[in-house]
Amino acid sequence: MRTASATYGLIAEFESPAQLLEAAALARERGYREMDGYTPFPVEGLPEALGRKRTRVPLIVLVGGICGGVGGYFMQWYANVISYPLNIGGRPLNSWPLFIPITFELTILCAALSGFFGSLVMNRLPQPYHPVFGAPNFERASIDHFFLCIEAADPMFDPIVTHAFLTALDPLSVSEVET
Amino acid sequence: MNTGEHEETSDLTPLGYPRRLLAPGQTYASVTETITSIPLARQPPRAWYYCFAAAFLLLMLLLVAVTWLLVKGVGIWGINIPVAWGFAIVNFVWWIGIGHAGTFISAILLLLFQQWRTAINRLTEAMTLFAVACAGLFPLLHLGRPWVFWWILPYPDTMGLWPQFRSPLVWDVFAVSTYFTVSLLFWYLGLLPDLATVRDKADTPGRKRIYGILALGWRGSALHWQRHQSAYLLLAGLATPLVISVHSVVSFDFSVAIVPGWHSTIFPPYFVAGAIYSGFAMVLNIVIPIRKLYGLEGLITPRYLNNMANVMLVTGEIVAYGYFIEAFMAWFGGDKFDAYMMYNRAFGPYGWVFWSLMGLNVVIPQALWSRRVRRNPLLLFLVALSINIGMWVERFVIVITSLHRDFTPSAWGMYIPTVWDWATLAGTIGLFLTLLFLFIRFLPIISISETRELLSEEAKTAA
Repeated sequence: MRTASATYGLIAEFESPAQLLEAAALARERGYREMDGYTPFPVEGLPEALGRKRTRVPLIVLVGGICGGVGGYFMQWYANVISYPLNIGGRPLNSWPLFIPITFELTILCAALSGFFGSLVMNRLPQPYHPVFGAPNFERASIDHFFLCIEAADPMFDPIVTHAFLTALDPLSVSEVET
Repeated sequence: MNTGEHEETSDLTPLGYPRRLLAPGQTYASVTETITSIPLARQPPRAWYYCFAAAFLLLMLLLVAVTWLLVKGVGIWGINIPVAWGFAIVNFVWWIGIGHAGTFISAILLLLFQQWRTAINRLTEAMTLFAVACAGLFPLLHLGRPWVFWWILPYPDTMGLWPQFRSPLVWDVFAVSTYFTVSLLFWYLGLLPDLATVRDKADTPGRKRIYGILALGWRGSALHWQRHQSAYLLLAGLATPLVISVHSVVSFDFSVAIVPGWHSTIFPPYFVAGAIYSGFAMVLNIVIPIRKLYGLEGLITPRYLNNMANVMLVTGEIVAYGYFIEAFMAWFGGDKFDAYMMYNRAFGPYGWVFWSLMGLNVVIPQALWSRRVRRNPLLLFLVALSINIGMWVERFVIVITSLHRDFTPSAWGMYIPTVWDWATLAGTIGLFLTLLFLFIRFLPIISISETRELLSEEAKTAA
């Protein structure tokens, strides 16, 4: 079932992060929205050039941390005040200073777990297969080359016009990515 | 070290260090090639086999020691009453302290924008994991009945009981398990893009598949990088107070008790400084041979060694100050038990241990004031070794000399480690080294993506 829709997009290969940044900015200026860069290291300013907003990872970490802290304190309070109260020399059952270390550790633990798994889930990883892996020379995206892929899902996408646009950016190569 | 000096590059910082961390002439591809060639080599260097075999033998010794312990019980160790905490606790504190440098380098230095961490952070994070794994063994084995260790975890059990949440020993369980988990997540998150690189460089289908599975399908998408970096930075931010808390909690195991020599408010900062001190020493003991063996001098330049030596010097002085304050407070505090403890520590039956501690941990490290020592890998290795042994001796002094003369002389005793104590200690060194050599063989030991990033930044400043 190979039709025109079997194209995932067009991918251009660049030699330096600066070229890719410039290309991304130009593509955005042209009105392309559905696109992504593929780079061997995080390139500063690239997500912004591609029109990405700030990530929501920090929010997830904050929520995870709060849940861990509240849950951790609640667990100790419940165990010592409700479930198994022991009166030792008339000391308060809810002896909060001694509950702080575990509350703290569980805050960190839950925040870290939500940061790790949150970022993976938002990135939809693990994802063993993705169309861009089929692009020629794409293995160099994890070594030393910088790629810009304009996806067919973009309303502005046109196999010929987009190809011409990418070629004009002076890349090393422009190739089609099949789904 | 022949390729060691890069001073000839004219660009120097105000303190006289080269502005560039990486040796000149490196490219994205060359950095990738240098680092991935280690896990992707057909055969590791011959030295790797010797080292691994030695480590594996020690690991087998651990297996024997632990099996015998499970059969006979903790009586095979030298512990008794009054010294109920013997090698198990000494080794626990030592190992967990070693782990701290890894987190310090990877998290605290990341937040402080110290770019010199780049070449060593991966290795030290791995070191943290393995050291914490060794540390975690000891309290479990010391339980006497390790097969019911889960009784210290809070869960709704049929006995209707809860752990004693007010006890530092239970805090330890939470602190150490959190520390291990967070270190593991942080390490793996940083490893993810590099695993993708190894996958893409791999030349056999088997390796492509294994590294491919581990890389989870990472493709270097800009959007992914954004979230990845955000999560990575946040994990670093979380690990920073965590690492301080872990050794503080470990020190609470001692300082919350009323034993003279333990009951002191200086313990948390002094333990944290000591942990970082010994951790950096262990990093140097590992990094110096490895950079030589694998020819990584161009990536791990003498400046890294120098900076690590500086951190050791600072934390070493804090530790020395801790020793001084302990002695001072024993005299100034006017408590006769404290004063006797200090006198007994220095001039009692374990006096020679105390003085070797002073030599190994306070006197010898003063050599680090010399720039020549800090830049000479061999001398630095020897000083680091002295610190590593010294920090182990420190924990021995703290645990054993404080316990062995109880408040009443009728309860005094001596602690003499048995062959099984030594075998367990040597065995965990085997476990640590076995894991380390496997890591060196199969995973990228330097963060490739961060080194590329550093290269790109250095190229930008040079232009």
